[in-house]
Amino acid sequence: MSLYNLTIHELHDKLVKKEISSVELTKDVLARVKQVEEKVHSYVTLTEDLALEQAAAVDKKIAAGEELGVLEGIPVAIKDNMCTKNITTTCSSKILANFKPPYNSTIVEKLHDKGMVMIGKTNMDEFAMGSSCETSYFGTTRNPWNLNNVPGGSSGGSAASVACGEAIYSLGSDTGGSIRQPAAFCGVVGLKPTYGRVSRYGLVAFASSLDQIGPFTKDVRDNALVMNAIAGYDKRDSTSLNVAQEDYTKSLVNDVKGLKIGIPKEYFVEGIQLEVRESINKGIKLLESLGAHCEEVSLPHTEYALPVYYIIAPCEASSNLARYDGVRYGFSAEEAADLIDSYKKSRSQGFGAEVKRRIMIGTYALSSGYYDAYYLKAQKVRTLIKNEFEQAFQKYDVLITPTAPTAPFGLGAKTGDPLSMYMSDICTIPVNIAGIPAISLPCGHTAEGPIGMQIIGKSLSESTLFKVAYTFEQNTDFHKQRPSL
Amino acid sequence: MISKKDVEHVALLARLEFNEEEKEMFTEQLNNILDHISMLNKVETDNIAPTYHVLPQKNVWREDVVKPSLSREDALANAPEQENGCFKVLKVIES
Repeated sequence: MSLYNLTIHELHDKLVKKEISSVELTKDVLARVKQVEEKVHSYVTLTEDLALEQAAAVDKKIAAGEELGVLEGIPVAIKDNMCTKNITTTCSSKILANFKPPYNSTIVEKLHDKGMVMIGKTNMDEFAMGSSCETSYFGTTRNPWNLNNVPGGSSGGSAASVACGEAIYSLGSDTGGSIRQPAAFCGVVGLKPTYGRVSRYGLVAFASSLDQIGPFTKDVRDNALVMNAIAGYDKRDSTSLNVAQEDYTKSLVNDVKGLKIGIPKEYFVEGIQLEVRESINKGIKLLESLGAHCEEVSLPHTEYALPVYYIIAPCEASSNLARYDGVRYGFSAEEAADLIDSYKKSRSQGFGAEVKRRIMIGTYALSSGYYDAYYLKAQKVRTLIKNEFEQAFQKYDVLITPTAPTAPFGLGAKTGDPLSMYMSDICTIPVNIAGIPAISLPCGHTAEGPIGMQIIGKSLSESTLFKVAYTFEQNTDFHKQRPSL
Repeated sequence: MISKKDVEHVALLARLEFNEEEKEMFTEQLNNILDHISMLNKVETDNIAPTYHVLPQKNVWREDVVKPSLSREDALANAPEQENGCFKVLKVIES
């Protein structure tokens, strides 16, 4: 098996045993990028020279006999909405096409301190607004399992890069499903941690009360390893949680005996593809056979999560994206009559259609006279959704649902109809509304591409999610399958 | 129902501009989306407190001490136009 197909923990072992060097590994991954990037297009920017430099520094440490951290020397891909000092950070938007941040985001700093080798910045839906990677200004990423299909979104490049070996692991961000849905579509493991668990400092803001950074990996152990590195309090992010560090690898035990699993029936309704339903049900049966107690539960407010999201997220986005004025950074239109005209032209030429659509919805909902009817109403229903989850977690350790209602869909299939695109996040959005963690892991395959199972837990229960996911993984082999490209 | 006039008003608030075709498209699409959102009216929320934030967070303070920050050069490095160490914009005061 090629190096690029291996996991972090397998490669770490090889580095420690000096079977391979980090430069060899990095070259192997870069060669894979050369081989498949034209088809898949995971990246907006490649940082080949930097990667080789970082790898050489790690090899020096190995040669000097220094102890090696588990992420040290392992190639990573970073979603292009996380600031990387002096390296273009575009959010896949024309408005930031030339933006070079003067500082690093906290997670990039953390990974840097842990000896990362950065292969590049990954493609995404523009400003993370989308579920297919098709709103990117830099072209669409394709699903490595079926090049006619989307990789999911918004973190489609991060998911695809890990699935096809263009990176060993990657980081994404999740506002309504942007880690979990592409993880499901690309057959990898993706975690959206509890809101506030990972610092958002230096993550370009989309919807600040929903955004959260998390890892994409080939298996659950890798995911726990990356979470160990990126979770934690950051005084530079006022919404970051000041709670104790955990060693998530301790939860990697193959045991779900006595675990109580709720199956929310509202996630198995019409609109959920038959193959998806069957794969999830098979997965549930497997966990049952391993000693978990599964039973149906009702979360009647689930259907309201999507409308709540499509008020809260655009409202917060319209406010966050007001900063793009073409004055301090970003695209600036020429030939404006006056300052207001310059704002209008810079923003209208700099943003794509989906971003403008969301800014319009948000601006309308927050405009004079509509606040109570939309934003306040949505925040109240948000309370009901959150309470409903809390009640469920008094009885159940975790909830299991599909990650996405369908297998990967075709390129262009939903671009003409925004609402049908929004529907592809119906299973993931409620989790962001409540601020709780959820993981997606592969549980099935179709001709269109992989299917993902979502495991949802209460606030700060990532270790429980890892335990259930690890047990599932140890008793299946979906995580060992790789796309042939 | 949102009219094309509403779209023009909201566009001004958002500092965006659209051609006629785009205005028609946004009018239709925003109506579809708002129509979907209106299903929230079915939910009784009279005695429900809003959740602005999922965490029980309070204000976060720090000591008011001077620390190193971005240099002027770094802060201006991405500016489309600059002059004399300042961001440059079109004239806003009439002479």
